[in-house]
Amino acid sequence: MQRLRTHSAVVAGAALTAMALSLAACSSSSSTGGGSGSSLSGTLNGSGSSFQLIYQQTAIQSFRSIQPGMTVNYGGGGSGKGRTDLASNVVQFAGSDSPIPSAEMANFKGKTVLYFPVVIGPITISYNLSGVSSLKLDAPVIADIFQAKITKWNSPAITALNPGVKLPSSPIVIARRSDSSGTTANFSQFLVDAAPNWKLGTSSTISWPANSQGGSGNGGVAQIIKSTPGAIGYVDYADAKGAGLVYASIKNKAGNYIAPSIQSATTAADNVTVKPDLTFSAVWASGAGSYPITYQSWDLVYQKQSSTNTAKMLKAYIGYLVGDGQKLLPGLNYAPLPASIDQKAKAQLDKIGS
Amino acid sequence: MTQQAGPGIPAGPARPLSERRPLGDRTFQVIALAAGLMVLVILVLIAFSTTQQALPWFKAEGWGIFGKTWNPATQQFGALSFIYGTAVTSAIALIMAVPVSVGIALLLTEVVPYRRARPIVYVIDLLAVVPSVVWGLWGILVFVPWIAKIYAHIASGVAGIPVLDDLFGSPTSGASFFTAGIILAFMITPIVTSLSREVIATVPAIDKEGAYALGATRLEMIQGAVWPHSKGGIVGAVLLGLGRAMGETIAAALVIGSSATITSHLFAPGDSMPAVIANQFPEASGTFRAALIGLGVLLFVFTIIINVIARTIVGRAAEQGSA
Repeated sequence: MQRLRTHSAVVAGAALTAMALSLAACSSSSSTGGGSGSSLSGTLNGSGSSFQLIYQQTAIQSFRSIQPGMTVNYGGGGSGKGRTDLASNVVQFAGSDSPIPSAEMANFKGKTVLYFPVVIGPITISYNLSGVSSLKLDAPVIADIFQAKITKWNSPAITALNPGVKLPSSPIVIARRSDSSGTTANFSQFLVDAAPNWKLGTSSTISWPANSQGGSGNGGVAQIIKSTPGAIGYVDYADAKGAGLVYASIKNKAGNYIAPSIQSATTAADNVTVKPDLTFSAVWASGAGSYPITYQSWDLVYQKQSSTNTAKMLKAYIGYLVGDGQKLLPGLNYAPLPASIDQKAKAQLDKIGS
Repeated sequence: MTQQAGPGIPAGPARPLSERRPLGDRTFQVIALAAGLMVLVILVLIAFSTTQQALPWFKAEGWGIFGKTWNPATQQFGALSFIYGTAVTSAIALIMAVPVSVGIALLLTEVVPYRRARPIVYVIDLLAVVPSVVWGLWGILVFVPWIAKIYAHIASGVAGIPVLDDLFGSPTSGASFFTAGIILAFMITPIVTSLSREVIATVPAIDKEGAYALGATRLEMIQGAVWPHSKGGIVGAVLLGLGRAMGETIAAALVIGSSATITSHLFAPGDSMPAVIANQFPEASGTFRAALIGLGVLLFVFTIIINVIARTIVGRAAEQGSA
């Protein structure tokens, strides 16, 4: 009787140990997205860039299966809002389509902000011309179209780039953003870099010609192009595809006409010089196959976090965004980071501390 | 009603009112006072913090805040085109909404019997509860494409006629000053109507009956008895409607066209103060951001002025009415 009891106790103990081991194995195998290897719990809040929004929403869904105890929230609202929220500690990470502008540096005084590039995407020059399925444009012509210097589709400047294409004599309708946007900032940055005749500068809001039509969001501009014959506008790749728009091939720095695609955007990002803080501009990149109007978005995180747990959570989530999450991007019509940048982003994760 | 102190109470050296009150009454007084003061404090804090955040703009531009050019790319932030847009769209809204609103108010009080008037009142009040974003989305998705064709017809009709061509010529798309004005007119009609109706309802029956007794027709009665009595109140109602039109944000932002231009062409895209704040704030930083907050401060000041004028006129009219 006595012996039997001891025996059963040993069996129970062994079973418990096995269970604990298998649990530990489970939790360590599920944290391949990066991070500290244990299951985390808590809430992370982020806001900012609406360019990232679809990726963030999808990534948050999939991340739930890796860290079920963590809640991640991402509100859009624009890069400017994200940076303001980060500066006032409302959020733990901010999405931004541009590095912190010098005017805002004062808000981050005494703190080190880490940049994690997360997505890349082409900006298309979409148009609505029945019967014209392929169009070639270069930066100076795009500049003159968007400055209303070229006002007809059959203007010599456009026909010279498109031999054999029958262009109508109809007027060009410019479609642009009515709200301030990182898409506008990067599109105008492309024109500043690539077109000497561009006079309107670069900013999140441009003083467009008065007869242009404004739409709210990429979707709003896509809607105008779709419903207005003769319209041309800049729309990010995902929305242009979603609305079924036709877009032009753009002459890149190497002199080749390149159509916007996930591949040509990643190629552009692969050809940029990345600064030590991981900021770069993928607009007007060199390389034979680079799409010239490619833009990028970062997640901004403070190097020094207030608690170890927050630091661990950020490492896990941002690690997922630059790690396994990248595989989600092509399905969402974003371009994944090229390996050269992705590795630097992953290496930088260890800098997040408390 | 004015003689509340009954003759039974001796007119002795009364103690202050507060000492005679029970504790609950005094507590209530304190709570009510605190609630009232809180509104004031919040208002002052909003004014203070927004002004503080807008300071970089005021410092950078000086009187240039009323300049013509708004171009974030060159760091020029003059607000004149938005002030102009706000004034023009509000004026269009008032010109369209006021005659209709006053007409409805007269209809409801003087023409239709009360029982039949009630359903009409419900419908108009329903207009007031439509959220402004719904007005804006309806405007941009349904109204703008439809009215763009009408604008094109009008423009071709007035081509070459001196003044009309300047006002109604060269439309670009449906989104314009005029469209925003029309949407705003829809939005302010309920408030102007219900305030006017209340004012007109206070006209003493004896005045109206007197007019009829003298052989006046209904129109003459309205001209002679209703109008002089309710003139001030209706002006106040109109100014309150103006305040609402000036401050309307999201509906205007969606249908106004978003172009910082000053032009006599009403069918051309423009921008107004609240619309530009809503549209450009998300990606703004530095002086740009300060300028947008500063626009909010200016708008705040303008609406306060309009509201004070409105309240004064309504108050004076009420005094005249009771005198």
